[in-house]
Amino acid sequence: MSVPGAWYLALGAVLFSIGGLGLLVRRNVLVMFMCIELMLNAANLTFVTFARMLNDIGGQALVFFVLVVAAAEVVVGLGLVVAIFRRRRGTTADDLHMMKG
Amino acid sequence: MPAGLVSVHLLPLLGTSNLVDRLTFGVGATIVVLGAIGVVISRNPVHAALMLVMTLFGVAVLFVQEGANFLAAVQVIVYAGAIVVLFLFVIMFLGVDREENLAEEPLPLQRPLALGLMVLAIAGLLLLGIGSKWSIGPQSVAGPAAHQPGGDVAALGRSVFTTYLFPFEITAALLVIAVVGAVVLARRLRPPAEESSAGGVGGAAEDVGAAEDEGDDEDDEGIDSTEDMARSVAETVTARGRSDSDGTEAGP
Repeated sequence: MSVPGAWYLALGAVLFSIGGLGLLVRRNVLVMFMCIELMLNAANLTFVTFARMLNDIGGQALVFFVLVVAAAEVVVGLGLVVAIFRRRRGTTADDLHMMKG
Repeated sequence: MPAGLVSVHLLPLLGTSNLVDRLTFGVGATIVVLGAIGVVISRNPVHAALMLVMTLFGVAVLFVQEGANFLAAVQVIVYAGAIVVLFLFVIMFLGVDREENLAEEPLPLQRPLALGLMVLAIAGLLLLGIGSKWSIGPQSVAGPAAHQPGGDVAALGRSVFTTYLFPFEITAALLVIAVVGAVVLARRLRPPAEESSAGGVGGAAEDVGAAEDEGDDEDDEGIDSTEDMARSVAETVTARGRSDSDGTEAGP
């Protein structure tokens, strides 16, 4: 392995930040979910990099679990989006202001 | 001269696999970052989903380069094959695949603040990575990753079914809960008229009471007397019947 692990970690940091930026600036709930997926992928990349650097398969096992949790999260989140869209006719986060206490 | 001969002669010139590795990393990182930026700045949600696919493929390439072959395959199958398709399905199902105007911004300070936070996050992470030793600690808690019999697939399988057996079983429960939650959330509530016809034995008073409760939830403007209430219940029931025949929900 000739590419240093630090490069992968830096790429993971950049990917995570881009995902966080999208989560902050976008208003479409679906695109916000996609940005969450970007952040999860950045975490996965970091896990795999540390699994290689420490020579520990546990990092890859954690990525496996992150994949499962991401799938469950997307299913429930998109179910919520469909349920909200039936009432509100819109999928921007600003349409959910009636949920504030 | 055939092209294959040139490449055969050029490969030793290019040096070792070092350069190939770095080239692969460079291509993969470029794909990942371009796709991520595309997700953030594309106006059409469908384009954002396709850009997400591009990023996921780039991450899969990097996984392969790091020796995580099984995770690369799962990344493509689960993420690009299932999750993005689910995204596209919901986008098409809701019909929200129109372009949105990104120029309009209700909160004036939001974008500069978000950009500043992003730069701060990258700088902080890189400085922490440079200044401190992150890759330390006990080695091989769950077994070594490299040079295992059966490759990374067997090593990952042994790890998941021995060290991480309990979390693995918990994920089964999590998936069942997610399926049940999705069904409950996406379920369409039956209108009360259909319930009364399906129930049969239930008295008329109970049906009116049920319709009254639902009616109070939805349109509670100016119901003063019992006649008004009865009329509003009747209107609600007829509206439900109409909407049921249309196949659409009666919005408030």
